[in-house]
Amino acid sequence: MQQFSYSRAPDIAAALQQSKDHGESKYLGGGTTLLDCMKLHVETPAHLVDVNHLANRIEVKSTTIRIGAAVRNSDLAYHEVIRTKFPVLSEALLAGATPQIRNMATVAGNLLQRTRCTYFRDTTWPCNKREPDSGCSAIDGFNRSHAILGTSDKCIATHPSDMCVALIALDAVIEAEGPRGKRQIPMRDFHVAYGEDPIKESVLEAGELITAVEIPELPFYARSHYLKVRDRASFEFALVSVAAALQIEGDRITGARLALGGVGTKPWRATEAEQALVGRHPDENAFVEAAGVALRDARPQRDNGFKIELAKRSICRALGVVARMK
Amino acid sequence: MATSETICGQPMDRVDGHLKVTGRATYAADVRLDKLAYAALVLSTVSSGRIKHIDSAPAEKSAGVLAVITHHNAARLHSQEQEKRPGVDPEVGEPLSPLQDAVIRYHGQPVATVISETFVQATYAASLVHVVYEDSSGINDFNAAAAKAKPPTPVKGGKPGKSADYQRGDSAAALAKADVRVDAKYSIAAEHHNPMELHATVASWDGARLTLYDKTQWVDNVQEQVALAFRLDKENVRVISPFVGGAFGAALRVWPHVLIAALAARHVKRPVKLVLTRSQNFTIPGYRPKYLQNVSLAATREGTLTAIEHEGIGQTSIYEEYTESLLDTTRQLYACPNVKTHYRLAAMNVNTPASMRGPGEVSGVFALESALDELAVALKVDPVELRLRNFAKEDPEYNLPWSSNSLQACYRQAAQRIGWDQRTPAPRSMSDGNQLIGYGMATATWPAKRLPASVRVQLKQDGSASIETAGSDIGPGTYTALTQIAADALGLAASQVTVVLGDTNLPTAPVQGGSMTIASIGSAVHEAATAMRNKVIKLAQEDPQSPLHRAVASDIEVKAGRLSLHKAPHTGESYAQLLQRHRQETLELTHSSKPGDETKKYAMRSFGAHFVEVRVDRDLGNVRVARVVSAFAAGRIINPKTAHSQAIGGIVGGIGMALLEHTRWDSRNGRIVNSNLADYHVPVHADIHPIEAFFIEETDMYSNPIGTKGLAELSIVGVAAAIANAVYHATGKRLRDLPITLESLL
Repeated sequence: MQQFSYSRAPDIAAALQQSKDHGESKYLGGGTTLLDCMKLHVETPAHLVDVNHLANRIEVKSTTIRIGAAVRNSDLAYHEVIRTKFPVLSEALLAGATPQIRNMATVAGNLLQRTRCTYFRDTTWPCNKREPDSGCSAIDGFNRSHAILGTSDKCIATHPSDMCVALIALDAVIEAEGPRGKRQIPMRDFHVAYGEDPIKESVLEAGELITAVEIPELPFYARSHYLKVRDRASFEFALVSVAAALQIEGDRITGARLALGGVGTKPWRATEAEQALVGRHPDENAFVEAAGVALRDARPQRDNGFKIELAKRSICRALGVVARMK
Repeated sequence: MATSETICGQPMDRVDGHLKVTGRATYAADVRLDKLAYAALVLSTVSSGRIKHIDSAPAEKSAGVLAVITHHNAARLHSQEQEKRPGVDPEVGEPLSPLQDAVIRYHGQPVATVISETFVQATYAASLVHVVYEDSSGINDFNAAAAKAKPPTPVKGGKPGKSADYQRGDSAAALAKADVRVDAKYSIAAEHHNPMELHATVASWDGARLTLYDKTQWVDNVQEQVALAFRLDKENVRVISPFVGGAFGAALRVWPHVLIAALAARHVKRPVKLVLTRSQNFTIPGYRPKYLQNVSLAATREGTLTAIEHEGIGQTSIYEEYTESLLDTTRQLYACPNVKTHYRLAAMNVNTPASMRGPGEVSGVFALESALDELAVALKVDPVELRLRNFAKEDPEYNLPWSSNSLQACYRQAAQRIGWDQRTPAPRSMSDGNQLIGYGMATATWPAKRLPASVRVQLKQDGSASIETAGSDIGPGTYTALTQIAADALGLAASQVTVVLGDTNLPTAPVQGGSMTIASIGSAVHEAATAMRNKVIKLAQEDPQSPLHRAVASDIEVKAGRLSLHKAPHTGESYAQLLQRHRQETLELTHSSKPGDETKKYAMRSFGAHFVEVRVDRDLGNVRVARVVSAFAAGRIINPKTAHSQAIGGIVGGIGMALLEHTRWDSRNGRIVNSNLADYHVPVHADIHPIEAFFIEETDMYSNPIGTKGLAELSIVGVAAAIANAVYHATGKRLRDLPITLESLL
């Protein structure tokens, strides 16, 4: 690990100031990604501003739920309102990592989680995400776990988060505060597909700090589910994951939310597939059709072609589960 | 012998359990010494070529750095003559002598070590060492290497199959006229042991004397090899390793880092600790090699095997020929007159493979027992019935009677417990909602061997005893089992016996490997403790003051530390009374034990049978091992509790081999791309469902004085085949490549 300095910010304003005072600084949440990457020399910040103790409340409001940036993944997953009104989010969180990691990892940290691409995490390989224009080692390498959506010839790394897949399905909004003031960023605009610009992973600007995530509460979010498919039953990133919610009135789908994990270079919202579901009977035909739409632009690599079929089947499975929920 | 009277056979808790769960058991990396410095390794980033230039100046200037050692300034190490190499080293080739030359043999080879005041300073400074290579393209692709595979170089006394081609009868003719035949090709990924404890060595010099605290399965061999490398008298090297946090074969050999720790400590004239990172654990110690295997079976309509041909191509390094007992089972398991086995080696620019739990047999049996299942399908015979029909009543390779063989009972009892008769034979015929259900089975076997071992017994004036030997306890419960054996032989309570292990100052003991520890050291403890008891009885008989004066030895028994007459239990005295009267602080004896000519009269193997139920998601391809029922016939079981733990541990290892574990080299440069526990998958708790392991009561009169046969390796052999066979039954897909992944089932 490279040497670094450290400060603990008493409040958000101080955090912004401390970040500004130190050139190459990073905000430190649970550290479950950042410290990991620092040990690998993938991240080499000169300074860490500790924001662990700031913004760690969950506020249940009349039409939204507001989650402080430093709320731990475990606390969020087991929160009564999240479990009952946003089951997809609770399930996504609990599908991630291990209890020990979830007890440390924060909401904001999870939003900024770095990819698990083995070539990114090993500094002996060229990687466009670490060093611009050095080349992508994954494209001609071992790429079973890599993305099939949002890729380019510069980067095919998969966005690793489970939580983000649920948040994008639920139209969450991110609150951030930076040198130029406060702003709200819809989840679907927050991440930038790695394929576009491997270095830029989100629209967050230098020094900007995530302070909260707000989710609108729609009644049909209670009818939601997160399905994660992987080789082993725990402590593994998704090969494919699906966040799904359905609003069913009578025998018709009147609202749908569908997002994919493990397949995209960012948390992947399948908006067109959602549109294809609306107005249909919630049956296998509709699900198969929507799955086809969702994967229409998928581009396989040498080792991950199976993800296209696996993702389609996973979408059908998840939608089937949601449709049968009471 | 396993009556309620004896301590052997009781499910005793581990005597060292409390030390372990309270963190007081000292492992190599726990050792702290005055003025301790820390070493970190720099590994090569090409797989083949030469070091052109090393710039260590930036590292040397980094905070806390004491020294940087490369091949330019490392002390010369001497290597062992081929004839004198220990059994854990390959028979052919030159072991890697670290930091001795500029030659790069594989990606991840140590090229420098940095020694600093702290661990963090050392690892950071190691990242500053800049190495320039002359990269000559290495052999990084297994398939390319396999295409050029060669027979192992013959060695003097090379065993058939391990190093030589084997043939009995005429398999080609039998295959040509077979009623039914199976020809199939199987592949197995390389696997790394990944014990929880990282490899670690602490080296400390005192003049010409060296002390090593090391993670090892064989302290005596570390002593011998290190003494040789540094040209020291063996007596001047002490190796201490009282606790080992799992090894599975990874700590059998003396790997380069052990020598580097000693080099570093001598260089900086301070004790040095070297703990390998998880990633470095992939390229400093060895791993289970990749294999390609071809199996051909011929059988009559009735299901009698008439021929087996089995060829294996195993991965090895360019500097050593690693072979293991891949094909032994094929020659010994079934009564078949025509058998041919061929072993070939595919040399690559990789570090040398090593024994990993069930070495060789676990890989060979996957192919053999998968092929047997294919034959059962082709014959429309139940897989259990097929095996019973071809049961070998004696060892067909050496034509010797088995010392004991309860394999048939293993098949029958495990089949009954899992409910095999409820299985409908047709593939895809059993399901539950989205899940296809499959049942599969396979045979387990492992040779029962024994090596010479020595033990010192001390009986103390308070009536307690200590047992001392250099042997290791890498986790199976050796401390506990030896305590039980000694307590029974001495007539003491288990709490009165202390076992001391893992130190070259103690009587010499063999490697803890090959499931030989209890057979070897356990026999030595039994004999030594029995000799001690007889010595004390003699003392009493000859002592006019003893109530047992002139008693007949066979009339005397010892229970709970008290000698007495069988027929008159009131006549007697305790060990303590006798020793006190004789003013003996301790009575001591050292005993050496070794196998006799029983090995020439009998074939000795442990046997077992695994039966598994898998559930395969019909859409998503996930395989879940819902239930495992395994029967083991491994002779006498000293401690059913630790034996059970060992058995289920082996089965979990087999589940990993079948479904998850896969070391991947990037064929562009020979670098391992998943050298961490997030990307190299071992099963987690959530993957493991009920496992029922049980033992067939077996008395082996010939294997050794205590009638054991060895269990650790046995328990993993056959698991992967049973799972693959169950997946076939569930899905109708025959998967011949391990690990089985969900994409192969979509």
